[in-house]
Amino acid sequence: MLSSILPGLSTLAKRGLAGWLIIIGAIFVAAIVVMTAISPWIVPYNPTEIPSSPKILAQPSTQHLFGTNDLGQDVFSRVLSGGGVMLQVSILSVIVCLAIGVPLGLFASYAGGATDRVVGLLMDSIYAFPGLVLAIAIAAMLGRGVVNMALSIAVVYIPSYFRVIRSQVLSIKEMSYIEAANAVGAKNRTILTRYILPNIVPSIVVVATVNFADAILTAAGLTFIGLGVPVTIPDWGQDLTNGQRLLTSGAWWVITFPGIMIILLALGFTLMGEGLSETLNPRLEQ
Amino acid sequence: MSGENREKPHLLTVNNLTVEYWARRGRIRAVEDVSFSLDKGETLGVVGESGSGKSTLGLSLIHLVPYPGRIINGTIILEGQAVLKLGKEKTRDLRGRRVSYVFQDPMTSLNPVERIKDHFVELIRTHEPKVTKADAITRAKKLFKDVGIQPERIDDYPHQLSGGMRQRVMIALALALDPSIVIADEPTTALDVIVQAKILDLLKTLQDRYGMALMLITHDLSIVLERSDKIIVMYAGRIVERAPSSTLYAQTQHPYSQGLLKSIPNIELAEQKLTAIGGSPPDLLHPPIGCRFWPRCPYIMEICKIKEPPLFETSVDHLVRCHLYRGEKAS
Amino acid sequence: MILILLTMVFLLIRVLPGDPVLLHLEKHATPAAVAQMRHQLGLDKPLWAQYFDYLFGLFRGDLGKSMQDYSSVGQQIFSAFPATLELAMFSMVIAAALGIVIGVQASKAYNKPQDHVIRIFGIVTYAIPVFFLGMILQLTLGLGLHWFPVGQRFNPMVQAPLGLNVGSFHFSTGLYTVDSLLEGNIFKFIESLRYLFLPSLTLGLVLSGVFVRLTRSNMLETLRLDFVTAARARGLGENKVTYSYALRNAFLPVLTMVGLQFAALLGGAVLTETTFSWPGLGTYIVDRINFRDYTAIQGAVIVFGIFVSIVSLAVDLLYAYLDPRIRL
Repeated sequence: MLSSILPGLSTLAKRGLAGWLIIIGAIFVAAIVVMTAISPWIVPYNPTEIPSSPKILAQPSTQHLFGTNDLGQDVFSRVLSGGGVMLQVSILSVIVCLAIGVPLGLFASYAGGATDRVVGLLMDSIYAFPGLVLAIAIAAMLGRGVVNMALSIAVVYIPSYFRVIRSQVLSIKEMSYIEAANAVGAKNRTILTRYILPNIVPSIVVVATVNFADAILTAAGLTFIGLGVPVTIPDWGQDLTNGQRLLTSGAWWVITFPGIMIILLALGFTLMGEGLSETLNPRLEQ
Repeated sequence: MSGENREKPHLLTVNNLTVEYWARRGRIRAVEDVSFSLDKGETLGVVGESGSGKSTLGLSLIHLVPYPGRIINGTIILEGQAVLKLGKEKTRDLRGRRVSYVFQDPMTSLNPVERIKDHFVELIRTHEPKVTKADAITRAKKLFKDVGIQPERIDDYPHQLSGGMRQRVMIALALALDPSIVIADEPTTALDVIVQAKILDLLKTLQDRYGMALMLITHDLSIVLERSDKIIVMYAGRIVERAPSSTLYAQTQHPYSQGLLKSIPNIELAEQKLTAIGGSPPDLLHPPIGCRFWPRCPYIMEICKIKEPPLFETSVDHLVRCHLYRGEKAS
Repeated sequence: MILILLTMVFLLIRVLPGDPVLLHLEKHATPAAVAQMRHQLGLDKPLWAQYFDYLFGLFRGDLGKSMQDYSSVGQQIFSAFPATLELAMFSMVIAAALGIVIGVQASKAYNKPQDHVIRIFGIVTYAIPVFFLGMILQLTLGLGLHWFPVGQRFNPMVQAPLGLNVGSFHFSTGLYTVDSLLEGNIFKFIESLRYLFLPSLTLGLVLSGVFVRLTRSNMLETLRLDFVTAARARGLGENKVTYSYALRNAFLPVLTMVGLQFAALLGGAVLTETTFSWPGLGTYIVDRINFRDYTAIQGAVIVFGIFVSIVSLAVDLLYAYLDPRIRL
């Protein structure tokens, strides 16, 4: 597998800055994924267990690299294992968006007419609404948990997919090769899957990458408000929520390290999104 | 150059000017080794296709070559001063006051969110800070009379004026501070034919009245044949022919100039075959070796593909860059 | 489109799985209690009847009753709203101002190191969770350096700004900055700014990235246009060219962006308020979630939606006014 990755990487690097953005972003993401995956084997302490004689709010030291929190838990261990929730939520939300948003976008915009207008109106309304507020409201109704968070985020994000797909489909629809296909009697379904879909894949990839980044930040926000996961699961967002109560004690390490991890993860996806967007739709910058 | 240097100094002397652009794919020499002079009250025509470097030449004279272009060689002496060596403030002072520039497209050359009068107030007060706003507007209205616009239009926004009127505004702005030289870059290309003639006549009238030197940059040889004292023909960044306009018309020597001349329709000729110059403009990233014109030249010889010809002086004030004249003295 | 929004919110708490009344009452959900609450809130009527009540109620400004104590949701929101409005306004101003200033700098230093640093700044600010930034700022500027106060909206030892009081005429906006000016009390004005600073800086910083990128790219484009070169050719100074010529023309899209970003701003405001204990709509909605007060949540969400729509409309009108090409 490595032998096929390396040539791919060098092609990307040749694309200049955009390629590097993708590579660096992917490295961030991959590193975090790997770290989270192997965390059960490399954590120095159990991240969820509350020690019987806790060393509360200990400063970073050689024993506890990132210090301990108010329950005596080792922050470093929690940092290593805390990415799981966010990764799960974002992957799930992207899957849901793709599963619903892509077909919806394709069919509504290809069909045109009333269908397009009605669905478009609905999508625009959701899109114009403050995303986080809507996600909070939905999550409040659905309850806590990874799946519910993912669903709330997905509902808020589907309009973004819809818009991008719609604009692409509309421009492709006018092109003559679609007319030609129709003229030889191709079925609509064929046209959609064989002609239109492959052409919009690049844009979908870009939106999905940004979706990942937004999902992570929204999941963190939802957790912060209390709509996240139960406390038994280590989660960076959870750490930040706890940390808020501890601000006045000056224990900066409790929030700083998990916070930086969230930034790195979101940044990784954002960089990839930037790089992809430039590679696939290069800006005509002099 | 010839013995001109020993006579009285010119208003403007340009020597060996070379301008380079750095594009992502490589270097482009937009202007290469260009030399000429201009005297008070004289009209100089600069003719060439798009890409010949004529606009870049014009902008270089006020040291305004846009990034990523740079002047890498040459001197420009205006009224005894070396323009390229002037500091930022002095350069800024020179622009609009001693040398002004009329741009090609009047549609896009004025600030869309400012009224016409503000353009004038800004211009005048930048260079003469003691002038009051009211005085500036009065001067502007006087200029309007000169260029033929009703004075009330001064309160309008640019999009409210027609193309011809906007160009007159540009000319008025160019004359506002009584410059020694006015550079007009394709002043009529964006206008329709009838207005074209009017604008050109206007320039001539103003030149007679104000006494400034005029540099007419255009791709249309017919415009400059009648209205200029001398002409420079440019191709691929080089001067290929330089002569007084009457001489150029009577004895067009460079094959490119001949081609340009032959493509001008002449209403007086009973039968005329219009010929276009074959081929297309050169790729400046990879210009042809030898004479830059040889791929399109009807008279090519072996030497043309190998060595670029220098400027040969075929008679007083007549220079040609072509091996056909290699018997003459090289300049 | 507002109608669709309102309908969506209406359906939100009635269609999604889970009975709001049951969820609210939880352990105290005796059949009698459930029936009583349902009746009090009008949730026992048929769906279409509820819908009409809902819409007509909105026209009258009635946003329903809180599940907690049957008090008017509208009243509660009305008193919490100004705090959010103040925060939103200041944050947006900071975001746009920072964005424009930094964006202009970037455009002037095109492709030089300064430019790259600024572009990276734009990307990174987007990836920072706003509440994290808030906490860091509180730790450093607030608790660490003691430059700014932390944890409330106003100095607890001073009476809140009163607004205009002339005889029996009383007028206040609920915006502490405005009210303190109306009252003529400079000390209160400064205090309100001091408390407002950290929260709006937080939200403004996170949002500024978008404005930086927009201004930079618009300026780059505008600086290449003919009339800019023509202005330089007339000898106008660089400052004049950058600001009067380039920026004034590149500015209008920034205005449109303000309208577009407003929705994101409100989302961020919810988190910011929670971080700074700022008593606005965001804190209100989070509280109501903790109390499972679903009717109140519905009311708050409606207000958010309407707020965004009004701002969008206002921005459109302002744009039409400012662009002479449209006005004339």
